[in-house]
Amino acid sequence: MLNIAVCIKQVPDARTVRFDKETGMMIRDGVETVINPVDLNALEAALAIKDSHGAQIHVLTMGPPSADKALRDALSMGADFAYLLSDRAFAGADTLATTRVLAKAIQKIGPMDMVICGNQSVDGDTAQVGPGLAVRLDMPSVAYVSALELKPEGLECRRMTGYGHDSVLVRLPALVTVMPSINTHRMPSLKGKMKAKSAAIPVWNADALGLSADEIGLVGSPTRVLNIFVRSFEARKERLEGDTETQVSALCERLAAAGVL
Amino acid sequence: MKNISKEDWKGVWAVAECHEGRLIPVSLELISKARELADKLQTEAVAVVLGHGIDGAVCDAFMEHGAHVVQLVEHEALAVFRDDVFAQVLAGLIRSQRPEIVLAPATLAGKAYMPRVQTMLETGLTAGCLELDIRQDDRVLIQTRAAWGGNLFVNIVCPDARPQLVTVSPNVMSARRILTEGRVECPEIPFDWLKSGMEILESVYEKQDESVRLTKAEVVVVAGRGIEKKENLVLLQELAGLLGGAVGATRAVTDLGWLPEYTQIGQTGVTVSPRLCITFGVSGAVQHTVGLRNIEILVAVNKDSEAPIFEMATYGIVADVNEFLPAFLEQIRKKRRNSAE
Repeated sequence: MLNIAVCIKQVPDARTVRFDKETGMMIRDGVETVINPVDLNALEAALAIKDSHGAQIHVLTMGPPSADKALRDALSMGADFAYLLSDRAFAGADTLATTRVLAKAIQKIGPMDMVICGNQSVDGDTAQVGPGLAVRLDMPSVAYVSALELKPEGLECRRMTGYGHDSVLVRLPALVTVMPSINTHRMPSLKGKMKAKSAAIPVWNADALGLSADEIGLVGSPTRVLNIFVRSFEARKERLEGDTETQVSALCERLAAAGVL
Repeated sequence: MKNISKEDWKGVWAVAECHEGRLIPVSLELISKARELADKLQTEAVAVVLGHGIDGAVCDAFMEHGAHVVQLVEHEALAVFRDDVFAQVLAGLIRSQRPEIVLAPATLAGKAYMPRVQTMLETGLTAGCLELDIRQDDRVLIQTRAAWGGNLFVNIVCPDARPQLVTVSPNVMSARRILTEGRVECPEIPFDWLKSGMEILESVYEKQDESVRLTKAEVVVVAGRGIEKKENLVLLQELAGLLGGAVGATRAVTDLGWLPEYTQIGQTGVTVSPRLCITFGVSGAVQHTVGLRNIEILVAVNKDSEAPIFEMATYGIVADVNEFLPAFLEQIRKKRRNSAE
């Protein structure tokens, strides 16, 4: 039976996120957490392979204990096993330190035929964890995949390029990162929800993964945040008030005067 | 790599990207920036180009933009982009020559293989940098990128590990001409750097026109999450057509599959510099707005009067897109009809 690992991340729900106008920081109040949207497409890609070929799907996330919810959501959609990688010492990890934790966990679960990740997270926005993880697992990686088909000789992927797309055949085991356009993910079933509720989810810390303090979290990260700053924009900031009709004509006047209409 | 002293790492590299043997423009933007940083560090700017059948004019182009050295890495195995091969070759060159800084394009290919290089070298990599500068007292590269916030930026450093790796999106830095008498080197590539687990069956070139049209457009109409329904895209497309422009999107919209991914503007998408940009239902998260550069007139339409986009708008319109857009479009239609008569 095929074994597929899917790495997911719990992120703030963009639909509930608001930013403070002065500080630029996220307003924490009322922010809900969800599975990073494209990670659901990664899970769906794995589920589609499970449906057609049979597979065991292992879902992993590194995060605080509350990330248990993201894993149960993944189980309710049809994943078979879930693992929470959680340790205070993981905090502050950059992409390099994150891949160490994910790689150790995947190796601990057992040999994988495939690892599927979303191409990037909405908060970190780097797209680095997937390909970096592949190196640690000694796998080839194909990024920005928009279609996937399991063939006898490997995985056939359609991946986006700067100029169009490539059709790529990658031998297994391999890691792919998928784009949102690859599929439309399914919703949890009632049966899945019941199963997810009672599922046992192992929690692995640094000790359990055999990672030392200098490999993980902030200490194990080569990059540092020096400072965060807000930049104010030099803009005219003219509000066009009134009813729709007034706003439309005010805008048209100004654009015509500027010669851009 | 940690047992090697930082002082052993010298030089600033700019990794190029070729398409059908020719440089894509970001390559010259990066070597220009590399030269500026190299001057501050009193070291050499090195252009590195991996490919096969590379046009000979490439070396001249680099030397016209400040390259002291051009490393031409020609091999038939580099004719197509394979993530593992490109990473092994670049990591191999870095290990043997030890540059202190490497700039690579944040193109889809660059973003796919640079994290592999990062992990092979166990060093830091900062994605989609907007500004780069040198901290003079310790030669450390200050890497500025957008954070997830309204107008929030973050400075990142990689103080101890070497090299310092960054990716930079196309159109973010400027290409500058500095005639330089450089030299060309052709490093040998050991066979084991070329082993691969993948095969490119076919490369299809298709979207060039559309994404180029967006990056060059004088007018850009941007769809954000606040357009609420997919049907509004038809109106936005008509509006863009009437204004002679193109439609772009925030990632929220491309994630929904409402518009193709290559229309995404922002840190991980394209950068646009139109004279007129009209955003509909865009909140103004900086990961998106950093893709809007040197815009003469920015119009923001959003029903949330507190949205950060209004802080950078020339004209702000607090309105429901569903009401404002059809009315505005109708007005533009009328103007076009009148001018046609």
